[in-house]
Amino acid sequence: MNTKTIIQLIDVFKSFGSQQVLKGVNLPIAEGKTTVIVGGSGQGKSLIIKHILGLMKPDSGKVLFDSREINKVSKKELMEIRMNFGVLFQNAALFDSMTVFDNVALPLRERTKKSEEEIMNIVHEKLSMMDLEGSDDKYPAQLSGGMRKRAGLARALVLNPKIIFFDEPTTGLDAAKSNEIYRVFFKTQAQLKYTSVIVSHDVPKILKLADYVALLHGGVVQGCLTPEEFQLSDNPLVKEYVETTMGSLYSSEMEEGI
Amino acid sequence: MLGFFEKLGDNALYYINQAGRMGIFLLLSLVSIFRPPFKLSPVIKQIYVIGALSIFVIIFTGAFTGMVLGLQLYHTLSKFGAVGALGSAVSLSLIRELGPVLSALMVTGRAGSAICAEVGIMRISEQVDALECMAIDPHKYIMAPKFLAGIISLPLLTAVFDVVGIFGGYLVGVKLLGADESSYFAGMYKDVEFEDVYMGIIKSLCFGLLLTWICTAKGYYVHMQRGGGFGAEGVSSATTNAVVLASVTILVFDYFLTSVLL
Repeated sequence: MNTKTIIQLIDVFKSFGSQQVLKGVNLPIAEGKTTVIVGGSGQGKSLIIKHILGLMKPDSGKVLFDSREINKVSKKELMEIRMNFGVLFQNAALFDSMTVFDNVALPLRERTKKSEEEIMNIVHEKLSMMDLEGSDDKYPAQLSGGMRKRAGLARALVLNPKIIFFDEPTTGLDAAKSNEIYRVFFKTQAQLKYTSVIVSHDVPKILKLADYVALLHGGVVQGCLTPEEFQLSDNPLVKEYVETTMGSLYSSEMEEGI
Repeated sequence: MLGFFEKLGDNALYYINQAGRMGIFLLLSLVSIFRPPFKLSPVIKQIYVIGALSIFVIIFTGAFTGMVLGLQLYHTLSKFGAVGALGSAVSLSLIRELGPVLSALMVTGRAGSAICAEVGIMRISEQVDALECMAIDPHKYIMAPKFLAGIISLPLLTAVFDVVGIFGGYLVGVKLLGADESSYFAGMYKDVEFEDVYMGIIKSLCFGLLLTWICTAKGYYVHMQRGGGFGAEGVSSATTNAVVLASVTILVFDYFLTSVLL
Protein backbone atom coordinates (compact mmCIF):
# COMPACT_ATOMS: atom_id res chain seq x y z
CA MET A 1 0.00 0.00 0.00
CA ASN A 2 1.47 3.33 -1.01
CA THR A 3 -1.14 5.53 0.64
CA LYS A 4 -1.06 6.60 4.27
CA THR A 5 -2.34 4.04 6.77
CA ILE A 6 -4.94 5.72 8.95
CA ILE A 7 -5.97 2.70 11.03
CA GLN A 8 -3.83 -0.26 11.92
CA LEU A 9 -4.61 -3.44 13.84
CA ILE A 10 -1.49 -5.13 15.18
CA ASP A 11 -1.64 -8.67 16.57
CA VAL A 12 -5.15 -8.29 17.94
CA PHE A 13 -6.39 -11.23 20.01
CA LYS A 14 -9.91 -11.51 21.41
CA SER A 15 -11.68 -14.39 23.05
CA PHE A 16 -15.05 -14.93 24.71
CA GLY A 17 -14.70 -17.48 27.48
CA SER A 18 -12.94 -20.47 25.98
CA GLN A 19 -13.73 -19.43 22.40
CA GLN A 20 -10.88 -17.52 20.76
CA VAL A 21 -12.27 -15.48 17.87
CA LEU A 22 -9.44 -13.18 16.82
CA LYS A 23 -6.04 -14.87 16.86
CA GLY A 24 -3.57 -12.16 15.95
CA VAL A 25 -5.31 -9.91 13.44
CA ASN A 26 -3.03 -7.57 11.49
CA LEU A 27 -4.84 -5.16 9.21
CA PRO A 28 -3.86 -1.79 7.76
CA ILE A 29 -6.63 0.56 6.56
CA ALA A 30 -5.48 2.99 3.87
CA GLU A 31 -6.65 6.59 4.00
CA GLY A 32 -9.16 7.60 1.34
CA LYS A 33 -9.57 4.03 0.12
CA THR A 34 -12.20 1.33 0.48
CA THR A 35 -11.14 -1.74 2.42
CA VAL A 36 -13.53 -4.68 2.37
CA ILE A 37 -13.34 -7.38 5.03
CA VAL A 38 -14.81 -10.67 3.86
CA GLY A 39 -15.06 -14.09 5.44
CA GLY A 40 -17.49 -16.71 6.62
CA SER A 41 -20.16 -16.11 9.25
CA GLY A 42 -18.95 -16.07 12.85
CA GLN A 43 -15.33 -15.39 11.89
CA GLY A 44 -15.31 -12.09 13.78
CA LYS A 45 -15.53 -9.55 10.94
CA SER A 46 -17.89 -7.20 12.82
CA LEU A 47 -15.69 -7.68 15.89
CA ILE A 48 -12.84 -6.00 14.01
CA ILE A 49 -15.03 -2.93 13.44
CA LYS A 50 -16.08 -2.92 17.12
CA HIS A 51 -12.41 -2.93 18.13
CA ILE A 52 -11.62 0.00 15.83
CA LEU A 53 -14.62 1.92 17.18
CA GLY A 54 -13.44 1.34 20.74
CA LEU A 55 -16.65 -0.53 21.61
CA MET A 56 -14.51 -3.53 22.57
CA LYS A 57 -11.03 -3.88 23.95
CA PRO A 58 -8.65 -6.52 22.64
CA ASP A 59 -7.25 -9.11 25.06
CA SER A 60 -3.86 -8.24 23.59
CA GLY A 61 -2.55 -6.31 20.61
CA LYS A 62 -2.98 -2.75 19.42
CA VAL A 63 -5.58 -0.82 17.46
CA LEU A 64 -4.07 2.41 16.18
CA PHE A 65 -5.87 5.41 14.73
CA ASP A 66 -3.52 8.07 13.42
CA SER A 67 -0.77 6.49 15.59
CA ARG A 68 -2.92 6.77 18.72
CA GLU A 69 -3.77 3.54 20.52
CA ILE A 70 -7.57 3.45 20.75
CA ASN A 71 -7.75 1.13 23.76
CA LYS A 72 -5.29 3.24 25.75
CA VAL A 73 -6.72 6.75 25.26
CA SER A 74 -8.93 8.49 27.83
CA LYS A 75 -12.72 8.54 27.46
CA LYS A 76 -12.54 12.16 26.31
CA GLU A 77 -9.91 11.39 23.68
CA LEU A 78 -11.93 8.40 22.51
CA MET A 79 -14.92 10.70 22.03
CA GLU A 80 -12.72 13.04 19.96
CA ILE A 81 -11.46 10.13 17.87
CA ARG A 82 -15.02 8.95 17.31
CA MET A 83 -15.90 12.34 15.85
CA ASN A 84 -13.90 11.09 12.82
CA PHE A 85 -16.09 8.00 12.47
CA GLY A 86 -19.46 7.31 10.95
CA VAL A 87 -21.08 3.90 11.20
CA LEU A 88 -23.78 2.19 9.23
CA PHE A 89 -24.86 -0.71 11.42
CA GLN A 90 -26.16 -4.00 10.07
CA ASN A 91 -29.76 -3.14 11.03
CA ALA A 92 -29.10 0.63 10.63
CA ALA A 93 -29.61 1.11 14.44
CA LEU A 94 -31.96 4.04 13.93
CA PHE A 95 -33.68 5.34 17.06
CA ASP A 96 -37.12 3.84 16.61
CA SER A 97 -38.95 6.45 18.68
CA MET A 98 -37.56 9.30 16.53
CA THR A 99 -38.47 10.41 13.02
CA VAL A 100 -35.97 10.11 10.18
CA PHE A 101 -35.29 13.84 10.45
CA ASP A 102 -34.56 13.66 14.19
CA ASN A 103 -32.38 10.58 13.70
CA VAL A 104 -30.20 12.35 11.15
CA ALA A 105 -30.23 15.60 13.13
CA LEU A 106 -29.21 13.93 16.40
CA PRO A 107 -25.40 14.11 15.98
CA LEU A 108 -25.68 17.76 14.93
CA ARG A 109 -27.87 18.65 17.91
CA GLU A 110 -25.69 16.79 20.41
CA ARG A 111 -22.22 17.41 19.04
CA THR A 112 -22.36 20.86 17.44
CA LYS A 113 -23.67 24.29 18.30
CA LYS A 114 -25.50 24.79 15.01
CA SER A 115 -28.86 26.55 14.94
CA GLU A 116 -32.03 24.61 14.11
CA GLU A 117 -32.14 26.32 10.71
CA GLU A 118 -28.59 25.20 9.87
CA ILE A 119 -29.38 21.70 11.12
CA MET A 120 -32.48 21.58 8.94
CA ASN A 121 -30.48 22.55 5.86
CA ILE A 122 -27.74 19.98 6.50
CA VAL A 123 -30.23 17.20 7.23
CA HIS A 124 -32.23 17.94 4.08
CA GLU A 125 -29.03 18.00 2.04
CA LYS A 126 -28.00 14.57 3.36
CA LEU A 127 -31.49 13.14 2.93
CA SER A 128 -31.65 14.32 -0.66
CA MET A 129 -28.20 12.80 -1.27
CA MET A 130 -29.77 9.49 -0.14
CA ASP A 131 -32.92 10.00 -2.26
CA LEU A 132 -34.97 10.27 0.92
CA GLU A 133 -36.67 13.61 0.30
CA GLY A 134 -40.10 13.75 1.93
CA SER A 135 -39.28 11.06 4.51
CA ASP A 136 -38.57 13.57 7.30
CA ASP A 137 -41.60 12.73 9.40
CA LYS A 138 -41.55 8.99 8.92
CA TYR A 139 -40.52 6.65 11.72
CA PRO A 140 -37.99 3.85 11.07
CA ALA A 141 -40.77 1.25 11.32
CA GLN A 142 -42.51 2.93 8.37
CA LEU A 143 -39.46 2.59 6.09
CA SER A 144 -38.41 -0.28 3.84
CA GLY A 145 -35.13 -2.08 4.57
CA GLY A 146 -33.28 -0.14 1.87
CA MET A 147 -34.67 3.20 3.05
CA ARG A 148 -33.66 2.40 6.63
CA LYS A 149 -30.10 1.69 5.51
CA ARG A 150 -30.01 4.94 3.51
CA ALA A 151 -31.34 6.88 6.50
CA GLY A 152 -28.63 5.20 8.61
CA LEU A 153 -26.03 6.25 6.05
CA ALA A 154 -27.37 9.83 6.05
CA ARG A 155 -26.92 9.88 9.84
CA ALA A 156 -23.42 8.39 9.54
CA LEU A 157 -22.44 11.09 7.05
CA VAL A 158 -24.04 14.08 8.73
CA LEU A 159 -20.90 15.22 10.59
CA ASN A 160 -18.75 14.65 7.47
CA PRO A 161 -16.53 12.04 9.16
CA LYS A 162 -13.19 10.93 7.74
CA ILE A 163 -13.98 7.24 7.95
CA ILE A 164 -17.24 5.37 7.46
CA PHE A 165 -17.75 1.80 8.62
CA PHE A 166 -20.33 -0.36 6.92
CA ASP A 167 -21.35 -3.49 8.80
CA GLU A 168 -23.02 -5.82 6.29
CA PRO A 169 -24.66 -2.92 4.39
CA THR A 170 -26.73 -5.11 2.07
CA THR A 171 -27.73 -7.97 4.38
CA GLY A 172 -31.45 -8.67 4.13
CA LEU A 173 -31.89 -6.61 0.96
CA ASP A 174 -32.82 -7.94 -2.48
CA ALA A 175 -30.54 -7.39 -5.49
CA ALA A 176 -32.22 -4.14 -6.54
CA LYS A 177 -32.07 -2.64 -3.03
CA SER A 178 -28.43 -3.77 -2.65
CA ASN A 179 -27.56 -2.01 -5.90
CA GLU A 180 -29.33 1.08 -4.58
CA ILE A 181 -27.07 1.06 -1.49
CA TYR A 182 -23.95 0.54 -3.60
CA ARG A 183 -24.98 3.38 -5.92
CA VAL A 184 -25.48 5.72 -2.95
CA PHE A 185 -22.18 4.59 -1.46
CA PHE A 186 -20.34 5.18 -4.74
CA LYS A 187 -21.93 8.61 -5.19
CA THR A 188 -21.26 9.82 -1.64
CA GLN A 189 -17.69 8.53 -1.53
CA ALA A 190 -16.87 10.28 -4.80
CA GLN A 191 -18.41 13.47 -3.39
CA LEU A 192 -17.10 13.38 0.21
CA LYS A 193 -13.83 11.43 -0.29
CA TYR A 194 -14.13 9.43 2.92
CA THR A 195 -12.18 6.31 3.86
CA SER A 196 -14.48 3.32 4.09
CA VAL A 197 -14.28 -0.02 5.81
CA ILE A 198 -16.91 -2.50 4.67
CA VAL A 199 -17.73 -5.83 6.24
CA SER A 200 -19.66 -7.84 3.70
CA HIS A 201 -20.70 -11.24 2.42
CA ASP A 202 -21.76 -9.84 -0.91
CA VAL A 203 -18.95 -11.29 -3.01
CA PRO A 204 -18.24 -10.77 -5.92
CA LYS A 205 -20.35 -7.57 -6.15
CA ILE A 206 -18.57 -5.86 -3.26
CA LEU A 207 -15.17 -6.39 -4.91
CA LYS A 208 -16.11 -3.84 -7.57
CA LEU A 209 -16.17 -1.16 -4.89
CA ALA A 210 -13.05 -2.30 -3.06
CA ASP A 211 -9.55 -0.92 -3.25
CA TYR A 212 -8.35 -3.59 -0.85
CA VAL A 213 -9.85 -6.91 0.22
CA ALA A 214 -9.00 -8.71 3.45
CA LEU A 215 -10.15 -12.26 4.11
CA LEU A 216 -10.69 -13.14 7.76
CA HIS A 217 -10.31 -16.86 8.28
CA GLY A 218 -9.51 -18.79 11.44
CA GLY A 219 -9.18 -15.56 13.41
CA VAL A 220 -6.40 -14.24 11.15
CA VAL A 221 -6.47 -11.82 8.20
CA GLN A 222 -5.20 -13.62 5.11
CA GLY A 223 -3.52 -10.63 3.44
CA CYS A 224 -4.95 -7.27 2.49
CA LEU A 225 -4.87 -7.36 -1.29
CA THR A 226 -6.25 -5.45 -4.25
CA PRO A 227 -9.32 -7.17 -5.77
CA GLU A 228 -7.22 -8.42 -8.70
CA GLU A 229 -4.51 -9.82 -6.40
CA PHE A 230 -7.23 -11.32 -4.20
CA GLN A 231 -8.85 -13.17 -7.07
CA LEU A 232 -5.53 -14.49 -8.34
CA SER A 233 -3.96 -15.17 -4.96
CA ASP A 234 -1.94 -18.35 -4.38
CA ASN A 235 -2.94 -18.43 -0.72
CA PRO A 236 -4.96 -21.69 -0.53
CA LEU A 237 -7.49 -20.15 1.89
CA VAL A 238 -8.07 -17.10 -0.32
CA LYS A 239 -8.20 -19.36 -3.39
CA GLU A 240 -10.78 -21.59 -1.73
CA TYR A 241 -12.86 -18.57 -0.67
CA VAL A 242 -12.76 -17.10 -4.18
CA GLU A 243 -13.79 -20.43 -5.70
CA THR A 244 -16.57 -20.96 -3.17
CA THR A 245 -18.04 -17.49 -3.57
CA MET A 246 -17.30 -16.75 -7.22
CA GLY A 247 -17.03 -20.22 -8.77
CA SER A 248 -14.00 -21.52 -10.62
CA LEU A 249 -14.15 -18.63 -13.09
CA TYR A 250 -10.69 -17.44 -12.23
CA SER A 251 -8.98 -20.80 -12.25
CA SER A 252 -7.61 -21.14 -15.76
CA GLU A 253 -6.99 -24.88 -15.50
CA MET A 254 -10.59 -25.54 -14.60
CA GLU A 255 -11.80 -23.07 -17.18
CA GLU A 256 -9.93 -24.98 -19.88
CA GLY A 257 -11.49 -28.20 -18.71
CA ILE A 258 -15.06 -26.92 -19.23
CA MET B 1 -17.78 -31.59 45.88
CA LEU B 2 -15.29 -29.70 43.75
CA GLY B 3 -18.11 -28.86 41.35
CA PHE B 4 -20.06 -27.27 44.21
CA PHE B 5 -17.16 -24.97 45.14
CA GLU B 6 -16.55 -24.16 41.50
CA LYS B 7 -20.19 -23.14 41.13
CA LEU B 8 -20.07 -21.18 44.37
CA GLY B 9 -16.94 -19.31 43.26
CA ASP B 10 -18.40 -18.71 39.82
CA ASN B 11 -21.58 -17.26 41.36
CA ALA B 12 -19.60 -15.10 43.79
CA LEU B 13 -17.45 -13.70 40.97
CA TYR B 14 -20.53 -13.05 38.82
CA TYR B 15 -22.35 -11.12 41.55
CA ILE B 16 -19.24 -9.15 42.60
CA ASN B 17 -18.68 -8.27 38.95
CA GLN B 18 -22.31 -7.24 38.56
CA ALA B 19 -22.26 -5.13 41.72
CA GLY B 20 -19.11 -3.36 40.55
CA ARG B 21 -20.59 -2.74 37.12
CA MET B 22 -23.78 -1.31 38.59
CA GLY B 23 -21.81 0.85 41.01
CA ILE B 24 -19.74 2.34 38.18
CA PHE B 25 -22.93 2.80 36.14
CA LEU B 26 -24.52 4.78 39.00
CA LEU B 27 -21.43 6.94 39.39
CA LEU B 28 -21.17 7.71 35.67
CA SER B 29 -24.87 8.51 35.44
CA LEU B 30 -24.80 10.83 38.46
CA VAL B 31 -21.67 12.61 37.22
CA SER B 32 -23.25 13.06 33.78
CA ILE B 33 -26.17 14.96 35.37
CA PHE B 34 -23.75 17.74 36.38
CA ARG B 35 -21.87 17.82 33.06
CA PRO B 36 -22.95 20.31 30.38
CA PRO B 37 -24.82 20.67 28.08
CA PHE B 38 -27.92 20.97 30.26
CA LYS B 39 -31.12 20.35 28.36
CA LEU B 40 -34.51 20.72 29.97
CA SER B 41 -36.78 19.12 27.37
CA PRO B 42 -35.53 15.50 27.78
CA VAL B 43 -36.00 15.82 31.57
CA ILE B 44 -39.54 17.16 31.15
CA LYS B 45 -40.33 14.31 28.74
CA GLN B 46 -39.09 11.77 31.28
CA ILE B 47 -41.03 13.44 34.12
CA TYR B 48 -44.10 12.99 31.95
CA VAL B 49 -43.26 9.32 31.30
CA ILE B 50 -42.24 8.40 34.85
CA GLY B 51 -44.34 10.87 36.84
CA ALA B 52 -47.40 12.16 35.01
CA LEU B 53 -48.31 8.81 33.46
CA SER B 54 -48.14 7.17 36.92
CA ILE B 55 -50.57 9.59 38.51
CA PHE B 56 -53.72 7.49 38.03
CA VAL B 57 -52.23 4.34 39.49
CA ILE B 58 -50.95 6.42 42.43
CA ILE B 59 -54.36 8.03 43.04
CA PHE B 60 -56.09 4.67 42.82
CA THR B 61 -53.71 2.80 45.15
CA GLY B 62 -53.46 5.81 47.49
CA ALA B 63 -57.24 6.01 47.85
CA PHE B 64 -57.67 2.31 48.62
CA THR B 65 -54.66 2.21 50.97
CA GLY B 66 -56.14 5.14 52.93
CA MET B 67 -59.57 3.50 52.92
CA VAL B 68 -58.29 0.17 54.23
CA LEU B 69 -56.23 2.00 56.86
CA GLY B 70 -59.34 3.90 57.94
CA LEU B 71 -61.25 0.65 58.21
CA GLN B 72 -58.59 -1.32 60.10
CA LEU B 73 -57.53 1.48 62.43
CA TYR B 74 -61.13 2.46 63.26
CA HIS B 75 -61.84 -1.07 64.50
CA THR B 76 -58.52 -1.39 66.33
CA LEU B 77 -58.69 2.06 67.96
CA SER B 78 -62.35 1.64 68.96
CA LYS B 79 -61.29 -1.34 71.13
CA PHE B 80 -59.20 1.07 73.19
CA GLY B 81 -61.68 3.94 72.99
CA ALA B 82 -59.19 5.97 70.98
CA VAL B 83 -61.11 6.57 67.74
CA GLY B 84 -60.18 10.25 68.09
CA ALA B 85 -56.61 9.32 67.11
CA LEU B 86 -57.79 7.92 63.76
CA GLY B 87 -56.67 11.00 61.79
CA SER B 88 -53.19 10.98 63.34
CA ALA B 89 -52.76 7.23 62.87
CA VAL B 90 -53.84 7.26 59.21
CA SER B 91 -51.78 10.30 58.27
CA LEU B 92 -48.63 9.24 60.14
CA SER B 93 -48.74 5.73 58.63
CA LEU B 94 -49.10 7.20 55.18
CA ILE B 95 -46.64 10.09 55.42
CA ARG B 96 -43.83 8.21 57.16
CA GLU B 97 -44.14 4.75 55.68
CA LEU B 98 -46.81 3.66 53.27
CA GLY B 99 -46.81 6.70 50.98
CA PRO B 100 -43.13 6.56 49.98
CA VAL B 101 -42.91 2.75 49.88
CA LEU B 102 -46.11 2.00 47.99
CA SER B 103 -45.59 4.90 45.56
CA ALA B 104 -42.09 3.60 44.81
CA LEU B 105 -43.36 0.05 44.31
CA MET B 106 -46.15 1.26 42.01
CA VAL B 107 -43.77 3.42 39.96
CA THR B 108 -41.33 0.50 39.74
CA GLY B 109 -44.08 -1.71 38.35
CA ARG B 110 -45.42 0.86 35.93
CA ALA B 111 -42.52 3.06 34.85
CA GLY B 112 -39.46 1.08 36.02
CA SER B 113 -40.36 -1.91 33.88
CA ALA B 114 -40.92 0.39 30.88
CA ILE B 115 -37.56 2.13 31.42
CA CYS B 116 -35.73 -1.19 31.63
CA ALA B 117 -37.41 -2.54 28.49
CA GLU B 118 -36.72 0.69 26.59
CA VAL B 119 -33.02 0.78 27.47
CA GLY B 120 -32.71 -2.98 26.92
CA ILE B 121 -34.19 -2.74 23.42
CA MET B 122 -31.87 0.19 22.67
CA ARG B 123 -28.97 -2.01 23.72
CA ILE B 124 -29.86 -5.13 21.72
CA SER B 125 -30.76 -3.15 18.59
CA GLU B 126 -27.32 -1.45 18.71
CA GLN B 127 -28.84 2.01 19.38
CA VAL B 128 -26.57 2.40 22.42
CA ASP B 129 -23.54 1.43 20.29
CA ALA B 130 -24.72 3.92 17.66
CA LEU B 131 -24.78 6.68 20.29
CA GLU B 132 -21.25 5.84 21.41
CA CYS B 133 -20.05 5.81 17.80
CA MET B 134 -21.55 9.28 17.32
CA ALA B 135 -19.45 10.38 20.32
CA ILE B 136 -22.62 10.90 22.36
CA ASP B 137 -22.34 9.67 25.94
CA PRO B 138 -25.26 7.26 26.60
CA HIS B 139 -25.11 8.13 30.32
CA LYS B 140 -25.66 11.79 29.54
CA TYR B 141 -28.16 11.29 26.74
CA ILE B 142 -30.28 8.39 28.04
CA MET B 143 -29.64 8.00 31.78
CA ALA B 144 -29.27 11.54 33.16
CA PRO B 145 -32.82 12.69 32.19
CA LYS B 146 -34.29 9.46 33.59
CA PHE B 147 -32.37 9.79 36.88
CA LEU B 148 -33.44 13.41 37.30
CA ALA B 149 -37.04 12.59 36.42
CA GLY B 150 -37.09 9.69 38.92
CA ILE B 151 -35.69 11.87 41.70
CA ILE B 152 -38.13 14.73 40.95
CA SER B 153 -41.23 12.62 40.29
CA LEU B 154 -41.19 10.28 43.28
CA PRO B 155 -41.58 12.91 46.05
CA LEU B 156 -44.39 14.57 44.07
CA LEU B 157 -46.19 11.27 43.48
CA THR B 158 -45.72 10.38 47.15
CA ALA B 159 -47.32 13.69 48.14
CA VAL B 160 -50.31 12.88 45.92
CA PHE B 161 -50.48 9.37 47.40
CA ASP B 162 -50.45 10.78 50.96
CA VAL B 163 -53.17 13.39 50.32
CA VAL B 164 -55.45 10.95 48.50
CA GLY B 165 -54.80 8.29 51.18
CA ILE B 166 -55.69 10.69 54.00
CA PHE B 167 -58.88 11.59 52.16
CA GLY B 168 -59.64 7.86 51.64
CA GLY B 169 -59.19 7.27 55.39
CA TYR B 170 -61.52 10.22 56.05
CA LEU B 171 -64.21 8.83 53.74
CA VAL B 172 -64.24 5.42 55.41
CA GLY B 173 -63.46 6.46 59.01
CA VAL B 174 -65.62 9.58 59.22
CA LYS B 175 -68.27 9.36 56.51
CA LEU B 176 -68.85 5.58 56.54
CA LEU B 177 -68.07 4.49 60.10
CA GLY B 178 -69.00 7.71 61.90
CA ALA B 179 -65.76 8.86 63.57
CA ASP B 180 -65.75 12.52 64.60
CA GLU B 181 -64.78 14.76 61.68
CA SER B 182 -63.15 17.53 63.70
CA SER B 183 -61.03 15.16 65.79
CA TYR B 184 -59.89 13.37 62.58
CA PHE B 185 -58.36 16.57 61.22
CA ALA B 186 -57.41 18.14 64.56
CA GLY B 187 -55.46 15.01 65.54
CA MET B 188 -53.68 15.10 62.23
CA TYR B 189 -52.69 18.78 62.61
CA LYS B 190 -51.52 18.16 66.17
CA ASP B 191 -49.48 14.99 65.69
CA VAL B 192 -47.94 15.31 62.21
CA GLU B 193 -44.67 17.23 62.51
CA PHE B 194 -42.15 18.47 60.00
CA GLU B 195 -39.82 15.54 60.84
CA ASP B 196 -42.48 13.11 59.64
CA VAL B 197 -42.88 14.90 56.31
CA TYR B 198 -39.09 15.20 56.05
CA MET B 199 -38.72 11.44 56.56
CA GLY B 200 -41.25 10.80 53.79
CA ILE B 201 -39.47 13.18 51.40
CA ILE B 202 -36.02 11.69 52.06
CA LYS B 203 -37.36 8.19 51.56
CA SER B 204 -39.11 9.04 48.32
CA LEU B 205 -35.98 10.80 46.97
CA CYS B 206 -33.87 7.72 47.76
CA PHE B 207 -36.45 5.34 46.29
CA GLY B 208 -36.69 7.45 43.13
CA LEU B 209 -32.93 7.20 42.68
CA LEU B 210 -32.86 3.48 43.52
CA LEU B 211 -35.59 2.41 41.15
CA THR B 212 -34.26 4.47 38.25
CA TRP B 213 -30.75 3.18 38.85
CA ILE B 214 -31.67 -0.49 39.00
CA CYS B 215 -34.10 -0.38 36.07
CA THR B 216 -31.82 1.57 33.72
CA ALA B 217 -28.72 -0.48 34.66
CA LYS B 218 -30.51 -3.79 34.13
CA GLY B 219 -31.59 -2.63 30.67
CA TYR B 220 -28.17 -1.19 29.84
CA TYR B 221 -26.40 -4.44 30.70
CA VAL B 222 -29.04 -6.73 29.21
CA HIS B 223 -26.40 -8.29 26.94
CA MET B 224 -24.22 -9.22 29.91
CA GLN B 225 -26.80 -11.03 31.98
CA ARG B 226 -26.31 -14.64 32.87
CA GLY B 227 -27.80 -17.19 30.49
CA GLY B 228 -27.58 -14.80 27.54
CA GLY B 229 -29.39 -11.53 27.15
CA PHE B 230 -30.39 -11.72 23.55
CA GLY B 231 -33.59 -10.77 21.80
CA ALA B 232 -37.02 -10.33 23.26
CA GLU B 233 -36.45 -13.06 25.85
CA GLY B 234 -33.35 -11.32 27.16
CA VAL B 235 -35.19 -8.01 27.52
CA SER B 236 -38.15 -9.73 29.18
CA SER B 237 -35.97 -11.50 31.76
CA ALA B 238 -33.97 -8.32 32.42
CA THR B 239 -37.23 -6.42 32.99
CA THR B 240 -38.50 -9.06 35.42
CA ASN B 241 -35.17 -9.05 37.27
CA ALA B 242 -35.16 -5.25 37.41
CA VAL B 243 -38.66 -5.02 38.90
CA VAL B 244 -37.98 -7.76 41.47
CA LEU B 245 -34.57 -6.36 42.45
CA ALA B 246 -35.84 -2.77 42.64
CA SER B 247 -38.87 -3.79 44.76
CA VAL B 248 -36.78 -5.84 47.18
CA THR B 249 -34.10 -3.13 47.42
CA ILE B 250 -36.75 -0.49 48.16
CA LEU B 251 -38.11 -2.57 51.06
CA VAL B 252 -34.63 -3.29 52.43
CA PHE B 253 -33.58 0.35 52.16
CA ASP B 254 -36.85 1.39 53.77
CA TYR B 255 -35.85 -0.45 56.93
CA PHE B 256 -32.37 1.08 57.02
CA LEU B 257 -33.59 4.58 56.19
CA THR B 258 -36.26 4.35 58.90
CA SER B 259 -33.70 3.22 61.47
CA VAL B 260 -31.41 6.11 60.54
CA LEU B 261 -34.11 8.79 60.38
CA LEU B 262 -36.06 7.83 63.51
